Amino acid sequence: MAGLSTRHLLGIKDLNREDIELIFETADTFKSVLNRPIKKVPSLRDVTIANIFFENSTRTRLSFELAEKRLSADVVNFAASSSSVSKGETLIDTVNNILAMKVDMVVMRHPYAGAGIFLSKHVKAQIVNAGDGAHEHPTQALLDAFSIREKFGDVAGKKVVIVGDILHSRVALSNILCLKQLGAEVMVCGPTTLIPKYIGTLGVKVENNLIKALNWCDVANMLRIQLERQDIKYFPSLREYTMLYGLNKQILDSLDKEIMVMHPGPINRGVEITSDVADSKQSVILEQVENGVAVRMAVLYLLAGQTQ
Amino acid sequence: MLNLTLLDGQKFQVTIQRLCRQLIENHNDFSETVLIGIQPRGIYLARRVAEELRKILSGKAILQGDLDITFYRDDFRRRDQLMPNQTKIDFIIEGKQVVMMDDVLWTGRTIRAAMDALQAFGRPAKVELLTLVDRRYSRHIPVAADYVGIEVDSIASQKVVVSWKETDGEDKIVLLSEVKE
Repeated sequence: MAGLSTRHLLGIKDLNREDIELIFETADTFKSVLNRPIKKVPSLRDVTIANIFFENSTRTRLSFELAEKRLSADVVNFAASSSSVSKGETLIDTVNNILAMKVDMVVMRHPYAGAGIFLSKHVKAQIVNAGDGAHEHPTQALLDAFSIREKFGDVAGKKVVIVGDILHSRVALSNILCLKQLGAEVMVCGPTTLIPKYIGTLGVKVENNLIKALNWCDVANMLRIQLERQDIKYFPSLREYTMLYGLNKQILDSLDKEIMVMHPGPINRGVEITSDVADSKQSVILEQVENGVAVRMAVLYLLAGQTQ
Repeated sequence: MLNLTLLDGQKFQVTIQRLCRQLIENHNDFSETVLIGIQPRGIYLARRVAEELRKILSGKAILQGDLDITFYRDDFRRRDQLMPNQTKIDFIIEGKQVVMMDDVLWTGRTIRAAMDALQAFGRPAKVELLTLVDRRYSRHIPVAADYVGIEVDSIASQKVVVSWKETDGEDKIVLLSEVKE
């Protein structure tokens, strides 16, 4: 059987449709493993994985760590804030020192776009990108598409709208690339200032009116406003943003069909999405988190299985 | 490629029936016994045996499941990747007598992995192994079958292939040998 076409998972950009389908099929079997009384398989027992996080994370780090542990890999965790990076060590030096301790794979999150790609050219280990700046977050896009596939049976032909801070979102870019690769129709929605100027070249529709976008779609993926990445003010106030682009129960109930509501987390309740929507039966937010472990197990299993 | 048919047609059917009779000797009415076929090829054997047993025991319910061992193999990262198959065990094996089934028993490594995989579902009272073809004297691990269809003497470069009526059109066991030019 042919494995993945790539040695690292740096972005959805490097994956073809067969790769994504292979990951999904493998994730299906891992999802059934996760529902057994003993949720652990011994596949990666001779693999050591370092989780290197230069940026804060709850879901992604825990999800990767659980995925690694359920595959029986040895795991070391590293948070930049409590390390020698603050003493002036470079990225390559830091990683090479970790690799000198015989680590096979690196899962990295970094605030700068392309950090994973840069690292993959300079170190021997296999790299999994867990988010690089505003560039890509491939495993999030894979688990989002996996959740859509689970709900509708297929991603092809589905209409997905991504709402919010498209400009600063790595989730948005990875999602667009992944959904397009699988044959879905994608629309982005938000204030003009938060939508990249040439996003249309990726083959997505652009809409500034939330109600129109929601009436068009089958799935709405609500993104957080990434205040920590915003250097200038892109809109007058959060309150105004919520009035125009926040999803509430009233809007949801006014639509003529039941759309699926997604959110990659962390949720800012009352900003991009109200509590009653986040906790409604149309929301699959916690299913996304559950699927995240299975999808990450599939990615790690498929990458680690490549013969050296 | 030189093909030698070891078993087919009625003889094949007689062998399956003999295995069923041997199982009945030890397991009575199968109320405490479950059959587990090992993916990918052992599931056809388990299905056929279950079906025959239901006929012989006039409609008695026989529990039968499929077990995938891909994640428990000992050659991960040492060979090309294998695609995992479905595991389907819709019953409790805790305290039960488990009969594991695979079409060909060769090195014994698959069986080791299967015993490992089975543990994820509980602690059976007893585990037995049934195989249709036993390639003798080629074990890498001390594993022996409790029920054997036929025994075959073969060398490592040969292959034993079992075909099934349900999926391949006919019941047949063939020994394939590579011919050197």
